[in-house]
Amino acid sequence: MSTHRQDRRSFLGFALTTVGGLISAALAVPLVRFAAFPLRRQAEEVSWSDVGKVEEFRSLNAPAARAIDVKRIDGWRSTVAKSSVYVLPAASGKPKVLSSVCPHLGCSLRWIEKQDHFVCPCHGGTFTADGVHVSGPPLRAMDELESKVEDGVLKVRFQLFRQLVAKKEPVG
Amino acid sequence: MRSGAYPPETDRDSSQERPTSIGGWRGWIEQQTGISSLLRELLDERIPGGPRWAYVFGSGLLYLFLSQVVTGIFLALYYVPSSDHAHTTVSYISKVVTSGLFLRSIHAYGATAIIILLFLHISQTLLYGSYKGRRELLWLCGCVLLALMLGMAFTGYLLPWDEKAYFASAVGTNIITEIPVIGPPIQQLLRGGQQMGTLTLSRFFVLHVFVLPGLLLAFIGSHLYLFRRAKPAGPIKEDPVHPQLPTARFYPAQLVMDLAASLLIIVALGLVAYFIPFRLGPVANPSDTTYIPRPEWYYIPIFEWLKILSGKWSLFGGIVLPGLLALLFAAIPFFDRGRDRRPWKRPIVVGGFAVFVLCYAGLGALSYHSDSSDPIISRQLAHQKQAEIDYMHQPFQPEASSPAPAVAPPVAADPLIAKGATIFAAGPCSDCHGDHGQGTDMAPPLIGVGQKYSSDRLAFLLHHRTQRMIDGGMPPVDLDQADTNALVAYLRSLKQ
Repeated sequence: MSTHRQDRRSFLGFALTTVGGLISAALAVPLVRFAAFPLRRQAEEVSWSDVGKVEEFRSLNAPAARAIDVKRIDGWRSTVAKSSVYVLPAASGKPKVLSSVCPHLGCSLRWIEKQDHFVCPCHGGTFTADGVHVSGPPLRAMDELESKVEDGVLKVRFQLFRQLVAKKEPVG
Repeated sequence: MRSGAYPPETDRDSSQERPTSIGGWRGWIEQQTGISSLLRELLDERIPGGPRWAYVFGSGLLYLFLSQVVTGIFLALYYVPSSDHAHTTVSYISKVVTSGLFLRSIHAYGATAIIILLFLHISQTLLYGSYKGRRELLWLCGCVLLALMLGMAFTGYLLPWDEKAYFASAVGTNIITEIPVIGPPIQQLLRGGQQMGTLTLSRFFVLHVFVLPGLLLAFIGSHLYLFRRAKPAGPIKEDPVHPQLPTARFYPAQLVMDLAASLLIIVALGLVAYFIPFRLGPVANPSDTTYIPRPEWYYIPIFEWLKILSGKWSLFGGIVLPGLLALLFAAIPFFDRGRDRRPWKRPIVVGGFAVFVLCYAGLGALSYHSDSSDPIISRQLAHQKQAEIDYMHQPFQPEASSPAPAVAPPVAADPLIAKGATIFAAGPCSDCHGDHGQGTDMAPPLIGVGQKYSSDRLAFLLHHRTQRMIDGGMPPVDLDQADTNALVAYLRSLKQ
């Protein structure tokens, strides 16, 4: 086998690898875009959910858990999922609504009447009746949700916030 | 690493050009895997008479198969095989997901490309007589691959669950019942019941995604192994058993030709998918009586053939003759046993194939002609096409999944009606007719049924189902007199 022939073969090998690599890369683009589509989606507008008649909350003297229906687009379907919020006592004006999601790792916080605290069942984070962080791993207070009163009905925008950070940042 | 102390094992590898030692990670990989000797084995295939463009179809098919596997896996990221979600998810892929329409089009047109390449590959093999000389098993393996690919095209067609998919598959699975005795059970097994439904979709999905691809992989592997064992047949003047012509290696010239062909296929497929995206039609509506189903273009001639040979000839035309032709086709290397491969010396095989192709194309042309010359049919087909185009222009509608038990049904004032409503909701009635008798894919609405039938007639129908109700899958009702009266009262209360 002459050196000339060997050179030609290795050049061809190189050319084929390059062209093949370029074509594969070009073909991979739509595939990657397709698979990564859910990451690129814009966060949709968060809808308002009814919590209940504002009158019901006037007589509260401790945080009250309420299940709310949250409408959201889940991929190709629109769903109504149940979520829990805590309504704080407020003699007048708009009651404060807290998310029940622990800002540490997302477990559901419980209101423990006897201790007068919110307690996380997973890693022991505790919060006051106003949601202020007392002890345990969480880095911030419980997340307050945007709320309003319309025609005597308390409404809330249910959102999730980034876990494990000191600042409250909405996600998705 | 092999050392130079060993003598060359065979004369075919006399070139001694293998690298004597490679260091670093490449050496390590080679040491552990022996990949470069494997690659050498693959690339140094000897082709009698040298490389030719005529040999590119096999590797083109392999490329297309890989493309279908990759695009298919990606499509499965969003697809749901259930009759109430399939169409929504395909619509989501086509209208919402980035590059979704493009990938789905590549996959759908890929099926067409495979059919074309199969035709070219088979024609080349038949014209060149490449099945001769101890290649019977190789040929049979190819026949199985052909059948599997046709099965892939058939099962994949139903998955989008649009009108076209539903009706074409309904007709396709009905043909099976022509087979005496075993036909109907086979059809029910394939459909997962008497009728087309969500179980049919699951079954087709499993066949399309697990069973057939697994078999295809196994048979493609065997096909390649048998091919390498038999060695390439070479040009038509070559002896199929003892090749005489000087050989050339697969690498580089044949590889370049194969890659160029694959490149051409990619580019063509990409252009068609980009400029003429594959359409999704409106969701399957089994109660649509106006829809005229037409299969994919490669099945059109069979469809036309069944139209011609209807009635008492349909068993012969639909099952016996195609079966005989398939057997004859598979048996070609067993009766065409001469060593001469030149096509003009094998008039029966080559002529027979040519006649078959002409008839097949002729039937296709006939079908096209009869559809376009019948004003009613051509108008309806144009209408269906327009419906698909319109559907593609509509924005995507997310499917409203309502786990909402929140909305309580209005409490009926009449206790008898209320009792009937409870029976309706608790029993199997609401499963098919909807929570409020509004009807679903599985069963018609019951709203207004009270205006159509008297109470007595309704009570009678509940216990004595008509043939149509039985065919529709309505189970027998087992209620006592009081419960029947309550249920009837509830049914009669269902008004618009």
